[in-house]
Amino acid sequence: MQRITNRAVEINRNPMTFGEKLYVPAILKGLSITLSHIVKKKATVSYPEKKRPFSPVFRGLHVLNRDEEGRERCTACGLCAVACPAEAITMEAAERKAGEENLYREEKYAAKYEINMLRCIFCGLCEEACPKDAIYMSETVMPANYTRQGMIYKKTDLLIPHPKKVNAN
Amino acid sequence: MSEQTPKFKVTIDNITIEVPAGTTILNAAREIGGDVTPPAMCYYSKLEGSGGKCRTCLVEVSKGSEKDPRPMPKLVASCRTTVMDGMEVKNMTSPKVVEARKGVVEMQLLNHPLDCPVCDQAGECHLQDLSYEHGSSTTRTEFERTTFSQEDIGEYIQLHKTRCILCYRCVFAANQLTGKREHGVLMRGDHAEISTFIGKALENEFIGNVIDVCPVGALTDKTFRFKNRVWFTKPVDAHRNCPTCSGKTRLWMRGEEVFRVTARKDKWGEVEEWICNDCRFHKKQASDWVIEGPSKIDRHSVISQNHYQGAVEAQPELVNEIIGKNPKLLFDIHEVSDVNREEIDLSKINGPAHSDNFLANQKAKHERKLKVGRNK
Repeated sequence: MQRITNRAVEINRNPMTFGEKLYVPAILKGLSITLSHIVKKKATVSYPEKKRPFSPVFRGLHVLNRDEEGRERCTACGLCAVACPAEAITMEAAERKAGEENLYREEKYAAKYEINMLRCIFCGLCEEACPKDAIYMSETVMPANYTRQGMIYKKTDLLIPHPKKVNAN
Repeated sequence: MSEQTPKFKVTIDNITIEVPAGTTILNAAREIGGDVTPPAMCYYSKLEGSGGKCRTCLVEVSKGSEKDPRPMPKLVASCRTTVMDGMEVKNMTSPKVVEARKGVVEMQLLNHPLDCPVCDQAGECHLQDLSYEHGSSTTRTEFERTTFSQEDIGEYIQLHKTRCILCYRCVFAANQLTGKREHGVLMRGDHAEISTFIGKALENEFIGNVIDVCPVGALTDKTFRFKNRVWFTKPVDAHRNCPTCSGKTRLWMRGEEVFRVTARKDKWGEVEEWICNDCRFHKKQASDWVIEGPSKIDRHSVISQNHYQGAVEAQPELVNEIIGKNPKLLFDIHEVSDVNREEIDLSKINGPAHSDNFLANQKAKHERKLKVGRNK
């Protein structure tokens, strides 16, 4: 049979010798491996006390961005929703009225914006598709939830805090 | 007895075709079809006098005719130049044309705002297609784009002067369909703007067709404004018995909701039959229409995104037969989701939705929350 890799090892099917039948050398060999691991560096960390640094390309929970003046950047163009392979994003757009200029950056905005986190696969295509720098994937790990209802993230869950209101506090 | 028009042989990008004398190069190329056809932003076969303004259809004539084989000294607008016998035309095979077209696209985008995310035309915009296929990805201009003040031209049509590329199609459409000149291009050169004369609202039964004729998002449907993106709606061909027009339209639907009504367009993006305002703006119920079936949309268009071809019909549910009971539904998205609520029917709102449209929605949501809380 043709081998695909050269890592295959031929199995020794000869009857065991007297030394092997004693099992003692084999037990000692196994124990030495076990004991050597006590002094080795642990592969795990005790989360949540300790946290591993994230990779710079880590894709966590989504956030909806605001601009420097605290206006929502999203214009409900729908590119994130059309880019989403899991079809997790839905939205409804509205026109900005006079007097709402301090709330929304452009004349059109997302009145409703929802991400179904049960469907989201955190691929980051929404972030890549966004022409307005509105949606970003943060370094927060998606928290678990007791109900499925809580996994539907609305605009209030996604929007970052208002920069000026945070400073006032 | 009138003489039959002589047939002329013309070669476009090494493809020879015979067309009647008097045909323009553009129309001869359209008969061949495919990549040979130069793009056209201002020419519209159904509008008399259109063409010759945008310069996107420039082609190189490498041989004038059989009798006079000299090439034409400059690139010519193919929508305005008629064919001669034995003419040889280069479109995509000429590097001069490709380079010139790039320049034309750059010129058209000089003052065109980059607001595609807001624009309702995005997805079916000819300028988007043109710049994607023929333009370069950068601009060299350092000047600010010209802006015009917003002007209200009635409750059905939204005018964005900044997006206008001055193709004059709507001017011709308004003249020829309505027999009354109601709007036009004011000023000259860089200051040219599309407008109605002295803020006069357009009130004609067929004026809605200027929306379909507009290659960019300068004239859009106000009843569809911001309601949905073109590529999330599903185009279906439909007709109704209309006393004023043919009633043959294309509905842009989502589920059972009719979001927008437009005329049917052919493969050159031109209207097949003009439709009246009543069909376009007032018939937003599925029950108003006889639906013929899904429209044929080019596979490469964004509109065909996520629309599954040859989808399998719903299969009979066998789960209860196999496990002896119906599966328990643990979660219904419609109970939680704020989008697409029953209380607010976006397609029925006149004009774009505003924040107060969603207030009623807020109240219903509160009641729903109480109900869900009680059920827990």
